[in-house]
Amino acid sequence: MEHKHQEHAALADTFNANEPRVNWHDETLWWVRQKRDRMAWSLPEWEELREAASRIKHNVLGNLHDYLLEFEKNAVANGAVVHWAADAAEHNKIVLQLLQEQGVKRMVKSKSMLTEECHLNPYLAEHGIEVVDTDLGERIVQLAKEPPSHIVLPCIHKKKEEIGELFHEHLGTPAGNADPKFLTAAARQHLRKEFIQSRVAITGVNFAVAETGEMVVCTNEGNADMGAHLADVHIACMGLEKIIPQRKHLGVFLRLLARSATGQPITTYSSHFRKPKAGQQLHIVLVDNGRSRQLGREDFRNSLKCIRCGACMNTCPVYRRSGGHSYHNAIAGPIGSILAPNLDMKEYADLPFASTLCGSCSNVCPVKIDIHQQLYKWRQVITKEGYTGKTKAAGMHAMNIVLSKPGLYKTAGGVGRWVMRTFPAVVNNGMNPWYKQREMPAPPKDSFADWYKKNRK
Amino acid sequence: MSREAILAAIKNNQPAYQELPDLSGFSHAGAGDPAAFKKVVESLGGQVFEIASFTEIQPLVAEHYTDLSKVVAIEDAYLPGAATGWQTGDGRQLEQVDLAIIPGQLGVAENGAIWVTEKEMEVRVLPFITQHLALVISKDAILPTMHDAYARIGGPENGFGAFIAGPSKTADIEQSLVLGAHGAKSLTVFIIG
Ligand code: SF4
Repeated sequence: MEHKHQEHAALADTFNANEPRVNWHDETLWWVRQKRDRMAWSLPEWEELREAASRIKHNVLGNLHDYLLEFEKNAVANGAVVHWAADAAEHNKIVLQLLQEQGVKRMVKSKSMLTEECHLNPYLAEHGIEVVDTDLGERIVQLAKEPPSHIVLPCIHKKKEEIGELFHEHLGTPAGNADPKFLTAAARQHLRKEFIQSRVAITGVNFAVAETGEMVVCTNEGNADMGAHLADVHIACMGLEKIIPQRKHLGVFLRLLARSATGQPITTYSSHFRKPKAGQQLHIVLVDNGRSRQLGREDFRNSLKCIRCGACMNTCPVYRRSGGHSYHNAIAGPIGSILAPNLDMKEYADLPFASTLCGSCSNVCPVKIDIHQQLYKWRQVITKEGYTGKTKAAGMHAMNIVLSKPGLYKTAGGVGRWVMRTFPAVVNNGMNPWYKQREMPAPPKDSFADWYKKNRK
Repeated sequence: MSREAILAAIKNNQPAYQELPDLSGFSHAGAGDPAAFKKVVESLGGQVFEIASFTEIQPLVAEHYTDLSKVVAIEDAYLPGAATGWQTGDGRQLEQVDLAIIPGQLGVAENGAIWVTEKEMEVRVLPFITQHLALVISKDAILPTMHDAYARIGGPENGFGAFIAGPSKTADIEQSLVLGAHGAKSLTVFIIG
């Protein structure tokens, strides 16, 4: 398959071509972030909850082997069949085989970023099986033949007029109708038919409890429940890191998840699937796909604590202005930029650089992942491994020389200020990436060192 | 086989064991505040009625719902004359249900969630496939937080259970909140006692 590699900066350029849309995207996500803040501030014990969540997850990482066995044992005792997949290809094969055993050509799926990560839909399509995504946002991007651009808000980049157009084309709604209420009602009707007809349903998993062998799936729409309860076969696909030790720990995570994600006190449905209903098959596919490797990377293993709330994306100044698709990875934003290089360091070498390292992501993360520090560490690993682009490497190399020699730094600063004052076109041009969205500031007369000497008492 | 290889890799790569944190500081001894509970449910788009006896349910349903042709009630006392025999089938027999009235085990004051298990709903898809949902809980089953809820629920006893907080909703189209995505379009909570 021909694969054209495009980097974050180039893809962000495409997104940035439409400035009013960038502003709208930025404001919408910031509004979600503010809702999250109000929810966090309304709980006096918010910081204690984050700390507890982080420590529970740390315990999980240190005991994952045993928890997985415990989960498997209890899930099997509950009547589920547990499958293990080393990578995306094996996951897809397992799912395909289950579908072929049932002889189905079409089935419903509720939102699961793991199946996005594994590119399940196109794989099944190649084998003649159509997947109908049932989360409204996911259905919309599916009709548009796009991947989700956000893990919680899959079509956050789309305007309602575009959605109206898609529905007109695919669902036969009247042209020009872009009323969210009307469009949602149309999708409800269309997807009800799919739920009723479908014999197999795939769901993701938010939390899997080792102690009980049960899985918790959180949605606002109720699509996971509609699919799973009506189907003869329920296939639940989960990353290994979704395990938590005991049921009581759900109290911590369910308090944090929706508040961090959308600023709701809890999702509408937090469904606990323990046993298949009478006559139903329940299959659980446990997927590694690089997670065990990330577990071994001391600097990056904390990224496995992620509960996929999306808060780090909503707060990220780069994500908000470059759009989810610019990350060319199933999981966008700050956390995606940590997870992706573990999958393929060369392909995703650009992503840890798509950050200002402002630290806002780490501040909002409900499980206290040191996101911006991990991004900074990835930059070093990637540079050392030689995966950075040539211009970036040259610039960093020059910077390293200048910054490590105080004398040279002083001279270079003086030269720079003189050049900027005398020939502003040298910096105010398209070759300088900093100039792209802004005027370069007038250079100060003195260096900071001179200013400090003069003004220090 | 992948199972063994994955488990071996994990065992090899996992960090040192760290103790689980103590969660007892998050729990509350007392009851939850019904007024706070009511406020959250309303903020989620639900409506709440405090009733003294089940006989108040029928007139409230008649007043607030027009055009109900098929109503399913778990307890006869909720709504005399509701549909019967709906439990048989794979769930698809419930496609035309307009309103389902189901007891909840407990409510959570901090977030308006109500715990309902398959013991109460009888057919798992019922609270999701019905066009409108009504949940009945007793006033003294309202607890302060999720921690208290899990302490009360305890270990597993049912094959399926869900916290339900408000009607089904979505904001996927330009973040405008729309009630009634795939699940119930409205939620009514009757608090008895
Ligand atoms: S890294 Fe933290 S903030 Fe980002 S999605 Fe994961 S849990 Fe949420």
